[in-house]
Amino acid sequence: MKRERQRGPAPARLAVADVLRVGASGLRARPTRVVLSALGIAIGIATMIAVIGISSSSREQLLRQLDRLGTNLLTVAPGQTMFGEEAKLPIGALAMVERIGPVRTAAATGGTDATVRRTRHIPEAVTGGIAVQATTTGLLATLEGAVVKGAWLNAATERRPAVVLGAESARRLGLARAGVQVWMGGRWFTVIGILGPMPLAPEIERSALVGFPAAEEFLGFDGHPTTIYERSADEAVEAVRAVLPRTVNPENPEEVTVSRPSDALAAKAAAAGAFTNLLLGLGAVALLVGGVGVANTMVISVLERRREIGLRRSLGATRGQVRVQFLSESLLLSALGGVVGSVFGALATTGYALARDWPPVVPPWAIGGAIGATLLIGTVAGIYPAMRAARLSPTVALTTT
Amino acid sequence: MNGPCPVVELRGVSKVYPGRVHALRGVDLTVEPGELLAIVGPSGSGKSTMLHMIGTLDRPSGGTVRIAGYDVAGLSDRELSALRARQLGFVFQQFHLAPGVSALDNVADGLLYTGTGRRARRERAAAALERVGLGHRLTHRPSQLSGGEQQRVAVARAVAGDPPLLLADEPTGNLDSASGTEVLAVLGELHAAGTTIAIITHDTEIAAWCPRQVRVRDGRIVAEMGSEMGAEMGAEVRAEAGVPIGEGGGREA
Ligand SMILES: Nc1ncnc2c1ncn2[C@@H]1O[C@H](COP(=O)(O)OP(=O)(O)OP(=O)(O)O)[C@@H](O)[C@H]1O
Ligand SMILES: [Mg+2]
Repeated sequence: MKRERQRGPAPARLAVADVLRVGASGLRARPTRVVLSALGIAIGIATMIAVIGISSSSREQLLRQLDRLGTNLLTVAPGQTMFGEEAKLPIGALAMVERIGPVRTAAATGGTDATVRRTRHIPEAVTGGIAVQATTTGLLATLEGAVVKGAWLNAATERRPAVVLGAESARRLGLARAGVQVWMGGRWFTVIGILGPMPLAPEIERSALVGFPAAEEFLGFDGHPTTIYERSADEAVEAVRAVLPRTVNPENPEEVTVSRPSDALAAKAAAAGAFTNLLLGLGAVALLVGGVGVANTMVISVLERRREIGLRRSLGATRGQVRVQFLSESLLLSALGGVVGSVFGALATTGYALARDWPPVVPPWAIGGAIGATLLIGTVAGIYPAMRAARLSPTVALTTT
Repeated sequence: MNGPCPVVELRGVSKVYPGRVHALRGVDLTVEPGELLAIVGPSGSGKSTMLHMIGTLDRPSGGTVRIAGYDVAGLSDRELSALRARQLGFVFQQFHLAPGVSALDNVADGLLYTGTGRRARRERAAAALERVGLGHRLTHRPSQLSGGEQQRVAVARAVAGDPPLLLADEPTGNLDSASGTEVLAVLGELHAAGTTIAIITHDTEIAAWCPRQVRVRDGRIVAEMGSEMGAEMGAEVRAEAGVPIGEGGGREA
């Protein structure tokens, strides 16, 4: 027997599992609508995950490439004289560079005026964009490149009318094997090798390479190198970079430019992340529209389910419990969209990356962000409908027909 | 007051709806534990409003409502919810069952707000369905049940938590007479087992079937028959209503 007037019975707490079960059962009762409104969220999340995933994969690919290629390669090229003319590197420059302590390997190439053609009948003006260059035999080792067909130049062949083609030159000339003759500088040269890709020195990919002595003898090469490639120990790169101009051209160090080809790749990797703001914005808009869809679904749901709300109040649900029920429904609805969207976004990333031979990367923070965003959307979209449901008077709700 | 307190105690309860609609005008009513009473009256007389007062679904405009000894005016909305969860069971004319959900789960969900664990809810739901004669229909959905069976599921949901008071608003209003009889039989059994039941109806036959009848017209109790109270309360009502009523003795019909 209860006599106290001040304090009434306290409502029982709903277990979290029960809250989720009630929310889920509300969704299960209207599957089509749930799928459609979760779809909006899913599209937004999938877009954002895919955009982030694909750009991360591309960045990862570039970083791995950078890792493989190393960042210890420096190139030296002539700049301009004080009078704005093209400067030249001294003939002995390579030897000077090789004398710098930390330098492990070095090589030089020098441009010639010759062109390369498959037959002598093609006019000389048609160069196919292929540069004929003299090279020292250390080039392949310095660039850590590979010969895919035939052989690299050696002490014997660098004196003979023999040429090694860069990957791109071979493609442009339509050559896939060694042993063929090409017409260069008014005579036939034998193609003795074809190189693989040179990501750090794309200019070599587009070159036809002849030994220094052969170039001087057959192509009128003046012996001045136009590019010196050099690799040193990683930790000495900056020190070497500082002394290179003075070493190469002690009289006019300002006429020498030094660059680090891997910097371009690193910049590309950095850009791969920032390139995607527009697409991200698009995904955010889709997400927003999805959130509006969820809110709409929830408002309609509350209107339709007044009798259920009245019944639950009569069964002892507090306003708070009704509110929590509709909030959990809204959260589950958008979380469903978020999970499906994340899965599709990750699949799209993986598919795209594998098709391009990139390592598929979906950063965990992106998934975490997606889940956070959907929870936020679910809450925001659910607050107003949930308040309306909770504010409904039990009698009005029950007498709705 | 000594002895078990009345399950329901209305004192001068009035209810005015917006638009100056006086749905109840000074209703006094006491329901003792174990009673089975009918609240009868023509349409619009205030029966449902009275049930809302008793069921703490709404607050009176005047007077006091005590349910199981609690003065409703002194309780917050939360406390009223808890009171409904533990003390009251409702049966409505439209059964209000969740479509696509089994009878068992419909009944079990009725215990959601009583703080009962899920397993216990299902066990008690099964027992309640057994009690209303639907032990063989646990997995059926409302659409697979007849109207009478659906209303019995609703009754099972209302009594699964063993509330001291069961309120039924036109429980047979949507049913044919055979199904209606089924439902009444179930209510009769529950009453026999000790549940206090108030049935709202405008069917005089159903009213006559109840040991006690309260007649309502224009928001007032105009007649009481078969009250077993025999207390001051009953006399008051009879005097106020101005209707001669016999000795208010046994509730045996
Ligand atoms: N929410 C409301 N707002 C305004 N008036 C209302 C409201 N609910 C009921 N009423 C009015 O109060 C009066 C009593 O209504 P109530 O529903 O209690 O009658 P009833 O006896 O249950 O009738 P019925 O047998 O038709 O169900 C009626 O005149 C009705 O129009
Ligand atoms: Mg009514």
